[in-house]
Amino acid sequence: MALVRAHILICTGTGCTASGAKDVLAKFEQELKAKKLWDEVSVVETGCHGFCEAGPLVIIYPEGTFYTRVKVEDVAEIVDEHILKGRVVSRLLFKEPMTSQKVPNYSDIAFYKKQHRLVLGNCGHINPDSIEEYIGAEGYEGLAKAVLTMTPEQVVEEMKKTGLRGRGGGGFPTGMKWMFCAKSPGPKKYVICNADEGDPGAFMDRSLLEGDPHAILEGMAICAYAIGADEGYIYCRAEYPLAIKRLKQAITQAEEAGLLGKNIFGKDFSFTLHIKEGAGAFVCGEETALMASIEGGRGMPRPRPPFPAVKGLWDKPTNINNVETFANVPYIFRVGAEEYAKLGTEKSKGTKVFALTGKINNTGLAEVPMGISMREIIFDIGGGIMDGKKFKAVQIGGPSGGCIPEQLLDTPVDYDSLIAAGAMMGSGGLVVMDEGTCMVDVAKFFLNFTQSESCGKCTPCREGTKRMLEMLIDITEGRGKEGDIEKLERLAKSIKAGALCALGQTAPNPVLSTLRYFRDEYEAHIYEKRCPANVCTAFIGYKITDKCVGCGLCKTVCPVDAISGEPKGKHTIDPEKCIKCGACMVKCPFKAIIRG
Amino acid sequence: MAIKSLEDLRKIKNESQLQTKARKNNDTQVIVGMGTCGIAAGAREVMAAVLEELSKRGLNNVAVLQTGCIGMCQKEPLLDIVRPGEDRVTYGPVYPADVPRIIADHLVNGIIVEDLVVAKIPNKE
Ligand SMILES: Cc1cc2nc3c(=O)[nH]c(=O)nc-3n(C[C@H](O)[C@H](O)[C@H](O)COP(=O)(O)O)c2cc1C
Ligand code: FES
Repeated sequence: MALVRAHILICTGTGCTASGAKDVLAKFEQELKAKKLWDEVSVVETGCHGFCEAGPLVIIYPEGTFYTRVKVEDVAEIVDEHILKGRVVSRLLFKEPMTSQKVPNYSDIAFYKKQHRLVLGNCGHINPDSIEEYIGAEGYEGLAKAVLTMTPEQVVEEMKKTGLRGRGGGGFPTGMKWMFCAKSPGPKKYVICNADEGDPGAFMDRSLLEGDPHAILEGMAICAYAIGADEGYIYCRAEYPLAIKRLKQAITQAEEAGLLGKNIFGKDFSFTLHIKEGAGAFVCGEETALMASIEGGRGMPRPRPPFPAVKGLWDKPTNINNVETFANVPYIFRVGAEEYAKLGTEKSKGTKVFALTGKINNTGLAEVPMGISMREIIFDIGGGIMDGKKFKAVQIGGPSGGCIPEQLLDTPVDYDSLIAAGAMMGSGGLVVMDEGTCMVDVAKFFLNFTQSESCGKCTPCREGTKRMLEMLIDITEGRGKEGDIEKLERLAKSIKAGALCALGQTAPNPVLSTLRYFRDEYEAHIYEKRCPANVCTAFIGYKITDKCVGCGLCKTVCPVDAISGEPKGKHTIDPEKCIKCGACMVKCPFKAIIRG
Repeated sequence: MAIKSLEDLRKIKNESQLQTKARKNNDTQVIVGMGTCGIAAGAREVMAAVLEELSKRGLNNVAVLQTGCIGMCQKEPLLDIVRPGEDRVTYGPVYPADVPRIIADHLVNGIIVEDLVVAKIPNKE
């Protein structure tokens, strides 16, 4: 067999598949075969790069050329020009949003340059369906080292030394969690991977499962060895079919290779893995609800203690960690705790993957060392705010988190600084908002989410979130009253103190943090009956300014005859009749109609 | 494929890396001129010979690249060898039969095959 001189890596993650990657893949195969290049070039399907927005993505090595938004029609040109003649097809290169410069190489794109891809390192660069490629990327060496050269106690100690904290939201030290479970007596224990990923906008767990499934298996196996478990579950939402498919494939391969199953590495250590599909209820991501769901019950939380480490799945000691947490483990055991702990800050070690969404130029996954500032994430990696607008705030931690306003943009991103700022790390969802966002509306959006996802078991969460939501609706629709803000604050406090699980305990956070930084917006809605960002339709009116020349066009489009005026004279809108559809503003050729 | 020891694992790792090495940055390069002129003069066959020779020798740390026409069409097929820290050497015309010699002498052992040299581009570093 001749050596393969070039590799065409085609992303077939969920995002790129949605934008047509499978057709692009088929076309490459057809073109390469037709041009008799099939033997010298290899075509590889990869997992998500976290840059789905620019997909379908194609990367060609050895040059490392990064092509974005590749369509079937582009394939012949890429094969003719790049693969055959070695000329880059520049029209398909990525263009930096800030400078409009074209960047040929993957590693030079600003979006990737400031990132530190330790957990996501393999995603998009290896074939997730090939255990050989994972092993080629030093996969399963961590497991080998742990099982062959360390005792379970040493593995737990090593984890404690890393300072790694859970990436699923709570931020609990992982080594401590493993220690508690290891110390729980009993011959039967379980390891669970929480792949429920319920935060709206977060997709780092999906990318990891799709792009590097073996890393999760390896992390879980190391954990099983450390705590003395012989069985594990991956609880993955059914909305992630590709992730589930690749996990199943990975489990089969690992079993065939003897890296899962009985007597791993010839030792007295066995570990089998199952996949459990979840139906997508947000509360099922909560660990006790998740275990109830695996057991076949309704996904409802129960009080803790007892903690899962003592009494977990089927009442057996259980260690449950998030996908990203497990994804850190193989690397840790490959390089050692000390090396790992060099990354990050004093109390937050390693990296964190953030999902950038909202009014930002580059949306996607960004893995950065803990302690980097929010400004660097949003402006350097994210490429700044869309359409040159002004930054207003960023919501971090999804519906359980809070917002960070402009004046706190230089806050280092780590567990404790974020809590101090009234937000939280959460799972790492970042929703960027510009000046055109109404913060009361944002709070309403998130509360609406938690209110509808509340399982209803406890009263503070079931009733409390409902009442808070009603008040927010009233405020945004012009029925806010004096005393509403205080009432919201009181209710928020009671829910936080009284709810059964963290869903309820954190549900008021978006309201509290927007009140903390944008109280004036609430006041404007309640007392002045106006929405400063011009978002809440109840307060919007349309006005005709002196620019009006009396052409009468607006009058013809108004569906309710709210506009009157003589030809060539200034027209007016009757606010009583106006239904705020905005058709007149769009129609006016003189930009004489404004909103406000 | 049953993996029972670190050695088993390393063996698979090495085999796998052989296949994926092209995805790494390699400073040692073989560059074949693949302009229309080059292809007409037989550059595709030269490329095939390069790949065959590299795989025969298990040289997986070499990047195989192509370049377009550089205006020396009469000397095509052209082949360049780049070794880190050394001058870039352009050979031509190169026929498949010359490839093993260039790879053995120059790429592996660092001895330039003077009788086939067209040009030398000084290393800038
Ligand atoms: C309402 C709610 C939803 C949650 N959803 C998730 C989730 O989708 N994924 C996750 O890993 N953890 C989720 N958690 C956190 C888990 O309860 C648990 O803390 C976590 O899986 C522990 O793993 P870690 O220590 O590795 O972070 C959720 C918690 C709550 C209260
Ligand atoms: S699916 Fe291709 S980058 Fe996300």
